[in-house]
Amino acid sequence: MKKELIELRVNGRSHEFAIEPSKLLLDALRQDLQLTGSKRGCDDSSCGACTVQLDGVPMLSCTMLAASCEGQEITTIEGVSEHGSLAAIQKAYGDWGGAQCGFCTPGFIMTVTHLLAENPRPTEEDIRGALSGNLCRCTGYSQMYHAIKAAIEAEQKGMAEAR
Amino acid sequence: MTDFSIIGKPIAMVDAAGKTTGAGKYTDDLSVPGMLVGRILHSPFPHARIKRIDTSRAAALDGVVAIVTGKDAPNPYGILPVGHDEHALALDKVRYVGDNVACVAAIDEATADKALELIDVEYEVLPAYFDPEESMKAETNLIHDNKPNNLEKDYHHVFGDPDRGFAEADHVAEARFIANEVTHAAMEPHSTLAQFEIDSQTGKPGRLTVWSSTQVPYYLQHKLSLVLEMPMAQIRVIKPLVGGGFGGKSEVIPLEIIAAIAARAARAPVKITYTREEVFWAHRGRPRTIIDLKTGVKNEGRITAVKARVVQDGGAYCSYGVVTILYSGALLGALYDIPNIQYDGYRVLTNKPACGAMRGHGTVNVRFAFESQLDELGAKIQLDPAEIRQRNLLRPPCVTVNGLRVQSYGLPECIEKVVERSEWKQRRGKLPRGRGLGIACSHYVSGAANSIIRSDMPHSTVNIKIDRDGGVVVFTGASEIGQGSDTMTAQIAAETLGCSLGRVKIVAADTDLTPIDIGSYSSRVTFMAGNATLRAAEQVKKQIAAAAARKMSCASEELIFRDDRIVKNKDLSADGVGAGVSPVPPSASVSGRVEGQILRGSLQQKRKDEGPRDWMTFEEAVVAAIDFHGALTGTGSYAPPPEARGGKHKGGGVGPSPAYSYSAQVAEVSVDEETGEVTVHKVWAAHDCGRALNPVSVEGQIIGSVWMGMGQALTEEMVWKDGMLMNPGLLEYRSPSSVESPEVEPIIVESIDPEGPFGAKECSEGSLAATIPAISNAIYDAVGIRLHECPFTPERVLAALRAQRGQKKINLTEGIDPTTPAKFREHGGSLWFRGRGPERHPLDPARREGPAAAAGDD
Repeated sequence: MKKELIELRVNGRSHEFAIEPSKLLLDALRQDLQLTGSKRGCDDSSCGACTVQLDGVPMLSCTMLAASCEGQEITTIEGVSEHGSLAAIQKAYGDWGGAQCGFCTPGFIMTVTHLLAENPRPTEEDIRGALSGNLCRCTGYSQMYHAIKAAIEAEQKGMAEAR
Repeated sequence: MTDFSIIGKPIAMVDAAGKTTGAGKYTDDLSVPGMLVGRILHSPFPHARIKRIDTSRAAALDGVVAIVTGKDAPNPYGILPVGHDEHALALDKVRYVGDNVACVAAIDEATADKALELIDVEYEVLPAYFDPEESMKAETNLIHDNKPNNLEKDYHHVFGDPDRGFAEADHVAEARFIANEVTHAAMEPHSTLAQFEIDSQTGKPGRLTVWSSTQVPYYLQHKLSLVLEMPMAQIRVIKPLVGGGFGGKSEVIPLEIIAAIAARAARAPVKITYTREEVFWAHRGRPRTIIDLKTGVKNEGRITAVKARVVQDGGAYCSYGVVTILYSGALLGALYDIPNIQYDGYRVLTNKPACGAMRGHGTVNVRFAFESQLDELGAKIQLDPAEIRQRNLLRPPCVTVNGLRVQSYGLPECIEKVVERSEWKQRRGKLPRGRGLGIACSHYVSGAANSIIRSDMPHSTVNIKIDRDGGVVVFTGASEIGQGSDTMTAQIAAETLGCSLGRVKIVAADTDLTPIDIGSYSSRVTFMAGNATLRAAEQVKKQIAAAAARKMSCASEELIFRDDRIVKNKDLSADGVGAGVSPVPPSASVSGRVEGQILRGSLQQKRKDEGPRDWMTFEEAVVAAIDFHGALTGTGSYAPPPEARGGKHKGGGVGPSPAYSYSAQVAEVSVDEETGEVTVHKVWAAHDCGRALNPVSVEGQIIGSVWMGMGQALTEEMVWKDGMLMNPGLLEYRSPSSVESPEVEPIIVESIDPEGPFGAKECSEGSLAATIPAISNAIYDAVGIRLHECPFTPERVLAALRAQRGQKKINLTEGIDPTTPAKFREHGGSLWFRGRGPERHPLDPARREGPAAAAGDD
C-alpha cells in the first residue's frame, strides 16, 4: 500500500508524516511519533490501554485510522503533565497507589481527566461507571478512587488558594 | 514503638512519575536502529508430528530477512532442572494449539504476517489428550516419550498417622472440588527485543543484549545460554518496566528465546511482542485442578486428619509443574495445626498450553477446597466458622508435621480483626435470604527456602556505591514488576543510612551491572532482596560511621544516622536532634557555596579550627569516609537459614520458607436467585505482612490479591474445547472491570518477623487464596448452597439453586453438577471446528459418549 502524507495535531503541535492509509492511530503515535505512552494491551478494543482524547473526548486509538484524525486535536498521556510538572491526577495516582505496574495508567488518566472535566464532583458510582472501559489487573481499582478524590480536593484547594 | 523516618510511611513509588506520564519504557516501547519485527507461526493442532516445513515461499517475500525453525536451536530448556522438555521452536512435535513452529523476522508487521501464511507445514495429526484423569491412563501416543501415562510427576506423602486421625474424628467430610483454569492476563503482553553486537577484537557477532518483559532476568540469561550455546558472560539481560507478571513472566517464555534465535539468523535486532491471543496461548497460569479432600474433626472443633488427592491438568510441558503439585500438599501445613496429613498429588500432561506459576501457586485451589470443607464440618458440629478456625491455631515458634518452620504468626489477630470489622458475630446467619457473610484464611511463603537450581549461592546480592557526590546508588538484581520492589529497596537503603529518599538511585535487573537476584516470584523480594539491601547498607554505614566517628572524636556506636545527618547520640534531646545543633542547612544557592556542602570535584568545607563537632551532614561524612577508605562500596547477600529449609522427604524442598504471611477474610455477598448472579459487596481482608514498609503499597497488594481471587471465584475461566482455547480475549475471559469490582478493606497486621528486613514479610500473594472460599462460604450463608466448583458463575449458582428448589433440570453446566462435580466440563459446540474437532484419543470420554452428547448448551 502506498503511503500518504497526513498532518496530525498532537498535544498542541502539528506533525506531518507519511503513513499507509490502513495505519491505526495507536501505531502512528507509537511508531511514527515515538509517543509510546499509549499502550496496546489487547487485540480487540477491550482493554482501554490505548485511550487518547480527540477534541477532549476519550477514544480507543486502536480502533481509529490515523488518517481519519486529521483536523482534530489529539491529546495523549504525554500532553497531560503541566509545564513540566505532574498534573494533580498524576501526582495523586502516584501518592495513592493508583498505579502499580503502570501499564494501564495512561489510558486511565485520559479517561479520568475527561470525567473530571465533565463532572467535577462525581459520585463513586459515577467514577466506577466512567472507568469501566479501562481494565487493570494489578490494583482492583480501589486505590484509583482514592487518587481521584484526592486529585479533586487538590484542584479545589489550589483554585481556592489562587482566589 | 520504633520511630522510623521512612519505613512504615506511605510514599509514592519511586518510579510513579514515569508511569503516570507515559515516559517510562516497557519493552515494546523500545526500538533500536535496524530493528526487525518478529512474528511466530503457531500450531493449529493440539498434538501432531511435524513432517516437513517449507519456508521457501515465505523467504522469497520482499521484506523478509530471516525465517527460523526448531532446527536452528535444537537444545531443550525448561524453568526447572528436571523439566528441560521444551524447545523454543518445536523440533519434531507440536503438543498444543499455539505451540511454536517458526518465526519470521521482517521489516514490518504486515510483511511478517503475510510471510507466516506462506510457510508450508505438513503435520501428521496425532490423537490428543484433554482430560487429565483420562490422560493418566494413556499407554500410547504419549505427549512426552519419557513420561509414561502422561504423568509428569506424582508424589505420595504421609505425615503422622492419618488413618488413626480419621478413626479418632467425630465427623468426617469427604468431597470432590474442582477449580477451573485461570491465567494471569497481565496488562502488558510479553515482549522481547534481542540485539547482537559486533566484537571489536574479532569483527564477528559477539555479545547478545536482550531486553525483555520478565520477572526472572537471570533465569532468562541462563536459558538463552543453554539454547544459543553461548557463555552467559556474553549475554546481557535488561529488564525495562514490566506491566505486570503475577507469575506469567516468572519463567522463560518461548518468544524470549525465539527473538534471540531470529536476531542471530537475521544478523539484525529483532523485537517480538505477543498479541493478546498469543499471551493466552503462552499461558503458564494456574492449572485446572481436581481436589478430592477428606477432613476429620472432633466435636470440639479440632482437626484430626486431612487427606488430599490432587490432580492438576498441567498442559503440554513441565514448566513449574513439579513445584506446583508440591505446593498443593505442602501448604496444607503452616496455616492451622493439622497433626496428620496424607497427600497424593498428580501432575498430568495434556495437549493444552502449559500451566506454570500464578499468584499463590499450587496452594490456591487446595485452599478453596479446604476452607469450604472446614466450613461444612463447622456446620455439622454447630461451631461458628470463625470459631472453628480459632480452635486450630498453631503455637509458634514450631515446626509443622510436614517440616515447615513457623515463627511470626499473625493469623489470630487477622481473624479477630475481620470478625470485628465485618460485625461477623452480629450478622452472620442473620442477614435476609440472599445476602450472606463467609470467612476463610490462607497463607503463603515469603520466598522459597530452597532455590530452583540447587546451590549454596545466596538468593539475593545487592551492591551499594556511594561517591563524592553523596548519591547512594543501589545495584540490585531484584525485578520491579509493579509490586514496588525498587521502592522497597530505596526505602531500606535510605532508612539504614539515614539519608533522604531523593538521594537514593536504584539500578536494577541488568545482568551486566547488578548482582544476581533469582527473581520476582514466590513473593521473595522484600524478604530476601530486602535483607540483602539492608546488609549492604549496613556495611557502607559502618565505613561512614568509622570516618565520622574519627572526625567527631567519638565511638561509631554513638552515631545516629537520620535526616541526611550523622549525629552524636549522647546529645540527643527529645526531638531526636542534638541540642545546640543548628536547624537543617539551607539548600544550595545559585552561587553554589553552602556551609559544609560538597560540590563535585572539590572539597569546600571550611577549614577553620572548630574542634570536634556534634554532627555532620551526610555529604561531609561521605567525603570523610572516602578520604579514609577510598570509594565507598558495600555488598550484602541473603540465603535462607538451614533451619528454614524443611524436611528431607521426597519433594520436601518445596513449601519451606523463612517466613509465612497470613490472611483472614470476610466476604459479604448477595445472590440473585433469579439469575444466579453473585455480587460481592465488600471484602474485609486482614493480612499479616510482618511489618508494612510502605502502607500504601501493602494495601494495594492486599486489594489486588483479593480482587484477583474474586476474579477466579466469580468470572474468570479458560474455556477449552478440543484443546482449543475458546476465550482468548480479556472480555471473554471476563477479567473484572471497575463496575464488577468490590470494595476491599485491607487491614494490615504486623507480627514483626524476627528474620525479615525491619520485620517485613510478603504481602502480595498470601491473600488471594482465601477470597475464593470466603465467597463460597458467603454464598452458603446467603442461599444455603455449597458450590464445589469455581468460578461460581451464574450458570453454576442457578443450577445449584434449581436443584435445591427441586425444579426441573436444565443443562446449564454441561452436565457437571457444581455442588458435586465429577470431572471437568467439556464445552459444547466449537466456533472453529464446527463440531468436528481433532481426533480424540480412544480413552477420551467425549469420544466414547458420541457427538450427540458432546453438543449441548453453550
